[in-house]
Amino acid sequence: MSELDVQIPTAFDPFAEANADDSGAGAKEYVHVRIQQRNGRKSLTTVQGLKKEFSYNKILKDLKKEFCCNGTVVQDPELGQVIQLQGDQRKNVSNFLIQAGIVKKEHIKIHGF
Amino acid sequence: MADEKEIPPGMKDEAAEFVPFDPSKKKKKKKVLIQDPAEEAEKLAEKTENLTVSDAPEPSFVGMKKKKKKPVETEVVSEEQEDAGEDLDGDHAGEDEEGEGIVLGRVRYPWEGTDRDYLYEELLDRVFNILRENNPDLAGDRRRTVMRPPQVLREGTKKTVFVNFMDLCKTMHRQPEHVMTFLLAEMGTSGSLDGQQRLVVKGRFAPKNFEGILRRYVNEYVICNGCKSPDTILSKENRLFFLRCEQCGSHRSVAPIKAGFVARVGRRKAGT
Repeated sequence: MSELDVQIPTAFDPFAEANADDSGAGAKEYVHVRIQQRNGRKSLTTVQGLKKEFSYNKILKDLKKEFCCNGTVVQDPELGQVIQLQGDQRKNVSNFLIQAGIVKKEHIKIHGF
Repeated sequence: MADEKEIPPGMKDEAAEFVPFDPSKKKKKKKVLIQDPAEEAEKLAEKTENLTVSDAPEPSFVGMKKKKKKPVETEVVSEEQEDAGEDLDGDHAGEDEEGEGIVLGRVRYPWEGTDRDYLYEELLDRVFNILRENNPDLAGDRRRTVMRPPQVLREGTKKTVFVNFMDLCKTMHRQPEHVMTFLLAEMGTSGSLDGQQRLVVKGRFAPKNFEGILRRYVNEYVICNGCKSPDTILSKENRLFFLRCEQCGSHRSVAPIKAGFVARVGRRKAGT
C-alpha cells in the first residue's frame, strides 16, 4: 500500500522515451537501401525495413513512376516485404522517402559502394 | 565601446566573405599595427604581457617590440573603429591559414587594439594556439593513420581481386573475416579469400568503391567514438561485439557483424 502511494505521484515515466521512439519512425529500425550488381552494368536497388503499416504496393507505384523504372515487391521469408527497383536508385529512393515523410533521414541507411 | 559591442554579431556574417580576400586582410593588419597613439600602445603592451604570461616567452616579447615600434609611424585613429571590427575577421582567417603568424608577432589576438570584451571563440582559439605551441601532441590535430588505397585487379570479367586486403586488415587490427563479411554484406555479393590471402569478390568494383566501404567500416568498427583514435580492439563478449579503445579506455558496443542481408533474388531466375 505504502509503496503504491510512493509510486503514484512520480510523474516521470522512465519508459516514456522508449515508447515514444517506438511509436516514431521505429527506434533503430533502419530502412536499408542496398544495391546489387547484376550482369553487365545493370544493377538492382532494394529497399528493406519500411514500416509494415505502409502499403508497399502504393509506394512502389510512386517510385516506379518517379524514377521511370520497373520494380516489384518481393516477399522474403525472413525480412518480410522488400521493394526491388531496377537500376541504381539509391539516392533517388532515399530522397523520395525523406520527402514523402515516410522515413526520417537518420533512419535510412544506404549500403553499397 | 557600445559600437564595438554591436559589431560582433554582424561580423560573423562578414567573416565568410572576408576569408578569400588576401590583400585586404594584409592591409588591415598593418593598419591595426599603425593605428594607436603612444600611451595607448604602452598600455596595450602591458596588456599583452599580462595576457601571455602563460605563453612561451618569445612571442610576447616580439609582440611588445612591435607595439613599441609602432607609434613611430602615422596614426589613423578615425579608421580605428571600423578596422578593429574587420580586423577580427582577418585575424581569424589568418590564424586558420598560417600557424606561424603567431611567432611572427603580428597582432596576435583580435581584441588587441580594442577594448571590447573577448568573444568565447577567440579565447578558445587562443587556448588552442597556446596548447599547440607548448605541447603539439596534446592539441586535437593528431595525425591520422593513413591507410593505403586498396589495390584492385580484375580477374576475368566478373570477379574482382582485392590485393592488399590483408595489409589493410593488419593496419586496422581487425580480423580479416570480420572485414570480409562486412565488405561482402555491403556490396551484396559473395566472395572468398584466395591462396595468397587476397579477397576475391564476385562482380565488378572500382577501387573507389572499396575505399568507400572501407571508410564506412573504419568509422563504424575501428574509430573510437570518444577520442577518434583508431587504436581500438574489437572483442566478442557473449555474442555481442564490443569496441574498446586503447587510448582512452572507452567501451562501446557495435552493431552486430553483418547489417542484415539483402533479399537477393533478382540475379537471373535461377530456380523457382
